[in-house]
Amino acid sequence: MTSVRIPLVRMAHARSGDKADWVDFGLFAWNAAGYAILEREVTAERVSQHFAPWLPGEVQAWALPNILALKFVLKGALQGGGARNLRLDNLGKAMAGALLRLEIEVTPDELAQALEKPRVGWWG
Amino acid sequence: MTSIRIGAGLGFYGDHWEPVVASIERGEVQFIASDHLAELTLAILQKDRQRDPTLGYARDVVPMLLRLWPLMQARGVRFVCNAGGLNPQGAAQAVQAALAAKGWQPRIAVVSGDDVLPQLQDPAMPDAALAHLFTGEPVVAVRERLVFGNAYLGAAPIVRALDLGADIVITGRVADAALFLGPIAHRLGWDLNATDAAGLDRLAQGLTVGHLLECSGQGSGGNFGSQGTWKAIPDLAHIGFPIAEVWEDGTALITKAPGTGGRVNFDTVRQQLLYEVHNPHAYHSPDVVLDMGGIHLNDEGHDRVRLTGARGTAPGEQLKVVAGFRDGFKAEVTWGFSWPDAWDKAQAAIDTIRTQLAERRVPHEELYVEYPGLNSAHGPLAPLPPPEQLNQMNEIWTRLVLRTQVKAAADGFGRLFPWIGLSGPAYTCGFSGLHNTSELLGIWPTLIPRAEVEPNVRVELLGDET
Repeated sequence: MTSVRIPLVRMAHARSGDKADWVDFGLFAWNAAGYAILEREVTAERVSQHFAPWLPGEVQAWALPNILALKFVLKGALQGGGARNLRLDNLGKAMAGALLRLEIEVTPDELAQALEKPRVGWWG
Repeated sequence: MTSIRIGAGLGFYGDHWEPVVASIERGEVQFIASDHLAELTLAILQKDRQRDPTLGYARDVVPMLLRLWPLMQARGVRFVCNAGGLNPQGAAQAVQAALAAKGWQPRIAVVSGDDVLPQLQDPAMPDAALAHLFTGEPVVAVRERLVFGNAYLGAAPIVRALDLGADIVITGRVADAALFLGPIAHRLGWDLNATDAAGLDRLAQGLTVGHLLECSGQGSGGNFGSQGTWKAIPDLAHIGFPIAEVWEDGTALITKAPGTGGRVNFDTVRQQLLYEVHNPHAYHSPDVVLDMGGIHLNDEGHDRVRLTGARGTAPGEQLKVVAGFRDGFKAEVTWGFSWPDAWDKAQAAIDTIRTQLAERRVPHEELYVEYPGLNSAHGPLAPLPPPEQLNQMNEIWTRLVLRTQVKAAADGFGRLFPWIGLSGPAYTCGFSGLHNTSELLGIWPTLIPRAEVEPNVRVELLGDET
């Protein structure tokens, strides 16, 4: 089956925050089917490439299958830190949105599983 | 089994305390813990203290307690906060005076001893000590420019203050989650110096609870990053801040007061779990090192998430320090350009500014330009329309920021602009920033041996000088 390219926002949620000159990202799948895709596609290297046109910093990554999440730290991302960063988003709180623009390759079948299987969280 | 119910107070200096009312009135909490200090809040407090030596604390604690204390007093709820900032004694006195004027006399305890600026400024310190945590650079590089430096204390002095019978505990810098771990350990009789696996795992559970609650509404559905789904979180205008019930064995339930907005579920709780923790297998605190790899979040529905499985190991012999140093100035201007040719006109105006900076030899390190509405949040990752379409846009907003070490250069930056209103491109509007200089601060994270800090930590009840 030919794969399709989709931005992460279609199948994941995320939050970012600052520590000194590092930005910390949590990236979350809605269910186990989605997590399997994230774990395969969203490597430290892919995140580094994604941010490279903007912030060529080192990326560290951790996988947390227990909470269906990936954790990334992007170093050197805040012009030295929030109180010397000239950007409007000086603390990188909006940068999780930029992570969710990252495009991944999935088969239509995988995508359907990730979108159609029930979510773990209570949204009733 | 004994348990404790503790609710989140503020998540930062400037946060909203009305949601805490619901936790006190309807959430059956016994403690509220309130985090007023983000990483660089101490820089703001330092400026206050320079103006007036009786300040230097997070001043919102006074109106907050004027509102909350009578509600807490009536229900026996106790309060822990780090609003003391650089002046915990001053904060405690201000709170005491404000409450006394209403006829209220809570027992207030003060925790101090986190200030390590003298050590950072001591020229006798060897170069290897207090080096930058990430770069290894010696502190001498910034020593003359330091404005504050504080160690993150743990939960022990908070436990001591509560053991003394304090109704209100006011600290300076402590680890954010320690504001919660302190009351939990006090109430459940946990040993903060535990070395056995079960004891360390309990502390790790307590630390996780603190971490989940320390950012107020972020733990109950606020700031939920997602496409579409955030709209399914009800009534954020009346959000309930997170509340935890923690049992003796460390098991915890995250919830919120009935009848409040927001949402506590698997998704909202885990967004906060990973927030600003770096390595999730080694989240360091002065009391325990937390491994999140075995954490289980069981979503029971109806705003109840059960937390188990946090694992702890013993903390190291060093405490984290965050110091701030003066690092030049910025001056910031915002200006709008409207159709037709809005994009080209903005570029022409920016070129004029660059020309002036060069011709007047204005000393600066950087002229930073971004376009609010187009790329200020996501930089080059935000796709821009091609230039011909940019010129068809209704308006283009520019934000120009000068970075310089010379204050006069920053002060003069806004003055480079007004004449262009009559002598530059047409249809501009919304200029602001004629006088808009602020000082920039660099951040210096480092480590300090416990032995150089902990002997100086003091816990005292106000009015009890013995």
